[in-house]
Amino acid sequence: MKTKKTSLYQLHQDCNAKFVEFAGYQMPIQYSEGIVEEHKFTRNHSGIFDVSHMGQLFIYGGDDLIKDLEKIFPLDLKNLRLNHSKYSFLMDKDAGIQDDLIITKINDGFLIILNAACKDNDFKILKELLKEKYKMVLDENRSLIAIQGPKSSQILNELVDGVKDLNFMSGNWFSLENQKIYITRSGYTGEDGFEISIPNDFVDKLTRELINKGSKLIGLGARDTLRLEAGLCLYGHDLDKDKTPVEANLKWAISKERISNGDFIGSDIIIKQLNNGVSKIRVGIKPEGRVIAREKTKIFNQSNVHIGEITSGTFGPSVNGPVAMGYVENEFSKKDTKVFLEVRGKKHPANICGLPFYKKNHVKGVNK
Amino acid sequence: MSEVKYSKEHEWIKLEGDIATIGITKHATEMLGDIVFAELPEKGSNVEKDGTAGVVESTKAASDVYTPVSGEVVDTNQVIVDDPSKINEDPESSAWFFKLKMKDQSEMDSLMNKEDYDKFAKESSS
Repeated sequence: MKTKKTSLYQLHQDCNAKFVEFAGYQMPIQYSEGIVEEHKFTRNHSGIFDVSHMGQLFIYGGDDLIKDLEKIFPLDLKNLRLNHSKYSFLMDKDAGIQDDLIITKINDGFLIILNAACKDNDFKILKELLKEKYKMVLDENRSLIAIQGPKSSQILNELVDGVKDLNFMSGNWFSLENQKIYITRSGYTGEDGFEISIPNDFVDKLTRELINKGSKLIGLGARDTLRLEAGLCLYGHDLDKDKTPVEANLKWAISKERISNGDFIGSDIIIKQLNNGVSKIRVGIKPEGRVIAREKTKIFNQSNVHIGEITSGTFGPSVNGPVAMGYVENEFSKKDTKVFLEVRGKKHPANICGLPFYKKNHVKGVNK
Repeated sequence: MSEVKYSKEHEWIKLEGDIATIGITKHATEMLGDIVFAELPEKGSNVEKDGTAGVVESTKAASDVYTPVSGEVVDTNQVIVDDPSKINEDPESSAWFFKLKMKDQSEMDSLMNKEDYDKFAKESSS
């Protein structure tokens, strides 16, 4: 299969990107300054991420669509206000996570942002579940960029007046040179920021203008260190079909309204797990030394019993040390529990910790 | 008079008397990206030519460090363990990894000189 390129490919090249293949796309892993500098620049200034490989699924419909989507997602969609977003997941009947996503109520339906590696399969699943009753478009004509970091609001607002007034997890249509662009205040770095859905033909120009205003392109490498410090999950690593939202410690994303009645895919298991607890659960893990425990690293308790596995681990540039997430048996999931990580045959001490590893004031002036 | 040679695994080795100082090349650091962790062999241990003698990790991945010659580890550079970013800053001088007392100096013969290594590095990265 030929790898695809996003509409920003030329710009990435102009900025000396190193490319990797990711979910069938040629994507920039880093630019000339490197992952650590890119990470810090995002935390301190403003970074732009090309996330055009992600799926932008528009589903058009009214009240019937809301009812049908509530049978799929554990969300109170009938009370989701126009232009507001929720984090959710597509589950199978055993509550295994097939993808995690952001769903936004728009005028004539919903916009769902899907992971690149899952989007085609998600589309197929949703089309079947919705019995082809609604118009569904997995839009290949639009690009998606994220601009993240404390200076992003000011920089983007210079080009698109009004974005600074958006609240966290809400969005709106804006017009830029007669192009309709949809902007939400959201992101996946733990920083204030925005995601911008824009026609392919205009994304290069907008991105170059954002760079001229002081933002910089940031690669997937720093995106990974940023999201991990922020305690956010990466599908295919921290989440997959063998894990449920309760096990993934994402029960905050399941609407309480929907728990009482159930009646969504996987609800039997979810309700059972919420009532009876789970045997394994996702936790933050902080190694005591400098050793980096990466994905698949085995976790042991103090009696040398294997109790779990790391699902994401790296060096956190803002934390200035190693950070990790993983799943452990429930009885070892309490904060400050001492565990051992087996790296290159040696056991290294670590502690179960709360997430995120890095936190700052999320959004100024947010009215939740 | 000291001699610097290079291995296909992108280590450099500088021989002074029977003491060899070993580190990784600038080209290696450029391929690895930001180095955030370094592990060195234990002082007093013996390492064998082409065997692993340490680890470096970037934000992306872990890579073994090999020793291009055999010998007893007589010194290690704690500076790069405490601040691995020094390896990116000055890989071929102050950010050396370990020093060996060499057993068989003829092991130097099969290694590349600077000119050959530069050519090798250029070819292997293209």
